[in-house]
Amino acid sequence: MKVGKLMASLSSLVVLGSYSGLAISSKYNLPEPQTPIAQEIYDQHMMVLWICLAIFIGVFGVMGYSIVKHRKSVGYKAANFHENMAVEVIWTIIPVLILIAISWPATKTVIAMKDTSEADITIKATGYQWMWGYDYIQGEGEGISFYSQLSTPQDQIRNQAPKGEDYLLEVDNRVVVPTGKKIRILMTANDVIHAWWVPALGVKQDAIPGFIRDAWFKVEKPGIYRGQCAELCGKEHGFMPVIVEVMEQEKYSQWVAGKQKTASAAAIVNTALVENEASKN
Amino acid sequence: MAVIQDVHGHAHDHPTGIMRWLTTTNHKDIGTLYLCFSLAMLFVGGFLAMGIRAELFMPGIQILEPEVFNSFTTLHGLIMVFGAVMPAWVGFANWQIPLMIGAPDMAFARLNNWSFWLLPIAALLLITSFFVPGGAAAGGWTFYPPLSTQGGMGTDMMLFAVHVFGMSSIMGSINIITTILNMRAPGLTLMKMPMFVWGWLITAYLLVLVMPVLAGAVTMVLTDRNFGTSFFNAAGGGDPVMFQHIFWFFGHPEVYIMILPAFGVISEVIATFSRKPLFGYTSMVYAIAAIALLSCFVWAHHMFTAGMPVTGQLFFMYATMLIGVPTGVKVFNWTATMWRGSMTFETPMLFAIGFIVLFVIGGFSGVVCAVVPIDVQVQDTYYVIAHFHYVLVSGALFALFSGAYYWLPKWTGHMYDETLGKWHFWLSMIFFNMAFFVQHFLGLAGMPRRIPDYALQFADFNMISSIGAFGFGLTQLLFVYIVIKCVRGGEKAADKTWEGATTLEWTHLPSPAPYHSFETPPVVK
Repeated sequence: MKVGKLMASLSSLVVLGSYSGLAISSKYNLPEPQTPIAQEIYDQHMMVLWICLAIFIGVFGVMGYSIVKHRKSVGYKAANFHENMAVEVIWTIIPVLILIAISWPATKTVIAMKDTSEADITIKATGYQWMWGYDYIQGEGEGISFYSQLSTPQDQIRNQAPKGEDYLLEVDNRVVVPTGKKIRILMTANDVIHAWWVPALGVKQDAIPGFIRDAWFKVEKPGIYRGQCAELCGKEHGFMPVIVEVMEQEKYSQWVAGKQKTASAAAIVNTALVENEASKN
Repeated sequence: MAVIQDVHGHAHDHPTGIMRWLTTTNHKDIGTLYLCFSLAMLFVGGFLAMGIRAELFMPGIQILEPEVFNSFTTLHGLIMVFGAVMPAWVGFANWQIPLMIGAPDMAFARLNNWSFWLLPIAALLLITSFFVPGGAAAGGWTFYPPLSTQGGMGTDMMLFAVHVFGMSSIMGSINIITTILNMRAPGLTLMKMPMFVWGWLITAYLLVLVMPVLAGAVTMVLTDRNFGTSFFNAAGGGDPVMFQHIFWFFGHPEVYIMILPAFGVISEVIATFSRKPLFGYTSMVYAIAAIALLSCFVWAHHMFTAGMPVTGQLFFMYATMLIGVPTGVKVFNWTATMWRGSMTFETPMLFAIGFIVLFVIGGFSGVVCAVVPIDVQVQDTYYVIAHFHYVLVSGALFALFSGAYYWLPKWTGHMYDETLGKWHFWLSMIFFNMAFFVQHFLGLAGMPRRIPDYALQFADFNMISSIGAFGFGLTQLLFVYIVIKCVRGGEKAADKTWEGATTLEWTHLPSPAPYHSFETPPVVK
């Protein structure tokens, strides 16, 4: 009876927890999730949090009661029991069941995270000391390639100018992707290990020199999503943000066209220069 | 010379002054050396922590250049792990294991001397590396290549220091295993041993298992740096991820090396001050053994974002969560020990209860980190910093304080100042939580670890955390004062200082314990 009641209140806490996860986004918690994976992570975190809170209250409720009542100063005489097989078996099995309950949804999410097949657009992100390089290698925008560097001025970092709103979370060139498309990111690095991380997208993956790893995301809501390098990579580790701008399909096509035009213009200028040099000789 | 020594007898006359400490083979002297050394290192590591928190007090670069900041975080971690916590536990082992098993000394007395005197050499290498060209190592305490291949001479000094610390630990562990298995008093069977001795026996086996693995990793980084090998260099056909596997095969058992002796101390203290035998002694022993065994199969949970096949991630997730079960058993057993006891709350008990509460919080955030999808968000953020400081500061360090207050009367023959001890506990408790609880929020909201500067939304929690950290650091000076005061004098401690104590050092020895104790072993029934 008692156990049933406990389980009922526990599960209602869990439900409450996962629903409250839908709305709250604050500086106390994970950022508002923008992808299905990030949403699952958010919900699972809330679930685990509430389960832990329930156990915490249970265990320390008992301990607190004991601390208040079973003290020598109130004249309590010590009992002498030191074993109880049944109790010990129960409190071994219950945690196992709770852990199974936690790992079941987690297992499904892990499998979903790993499914990088059938991407609409593939972008390679390369970590450098200290910036990111992006190459669009498949899908709309194929061939676009640029570097993305911190654009916060040094005098803000050195406290000689007031800090801007996006202090340390702004770059010269953002990675631009369209809404509603499955984007696959390939991560690698040129020198040391870096990590490509955008919290709102639920993606963090180490970028390792000599290896290629991948991850994926799909965003419905246009916006600018900000993250940072998450693996210590030397002195400017704190100064290589990852900024993703998600645009409506139409705007994205315009961006691609613009990028390709400047790219081909640059190519023409380059060839002209080379020819010019050649004719001089 | 030999003749003269024979005339004077042996054992009872030993050098005085500095030579006493340099040449000592007495387990109590060596224990004291270990404890003083680790306390000194706690303050060196603490000084670095204060530097880190001062830089992070406000956004922007104020006092530490990014490269120096990285050196501070790197050396803070290494000094606290290898210089403060591990030697402190070996110090406790030296003092307490012979006293608790009724042995006259440690099994290998000269080895014992050497394993201590290696430590100052390693510490010197670490500390002086700040002053060599290029500065101290700055690749994190985990020194992942290829980043650690880039550092200057300071990195080589750090790698040598780790080697030397490792040698010291291996020798210390062999000594402890031999002592426990061969020198117990008649009648003291394994399943009658005090929990502290059990905790250390299993810890020592873990150390002998994993420290050589770390030595292998360190050697490969050294040859990669200095002799042109490519173990971890992808361009030469090596594998940077392999380093992480090798490192964490050492690194995860390492965290249990720091916490299993703590479990032992807490079991002693809770039972003593509850005036009741430890609940579930047998399952407590099995729980420690299970934790130690499982800890060897979970290393890759530090690498969930390094890229692993699905099956790898799932295996390491399940294995990691499984550790929660024996850990839970320990917490439940402590609670059941307190239940219907007759408790008093002297400083050791306060630190023990503080340990349980905060260690459980650290355990819960450990479960959160074990869940692969959640870990993808929190890995390498302040959430992880908060998690492992909850298990290592309010875990290992609080247990060390608990043990120190518990045994100081036996070591010095004087009572410590109870009022100041309580102040030490409550200030530590408040400032610790102030420093580290808010870091959970910082990590969830997206602040990466190991950065000298941060975005503006993290500013207020960082300020709170820094104030808490300064308070926590200053509070520890109080501990030094209490210890010195206790060593120099104070109320005479009774032989059995604590009413509920049951182990041999309380029931069979005077306070302070004489320089040579248990020359004839006691008989345990």
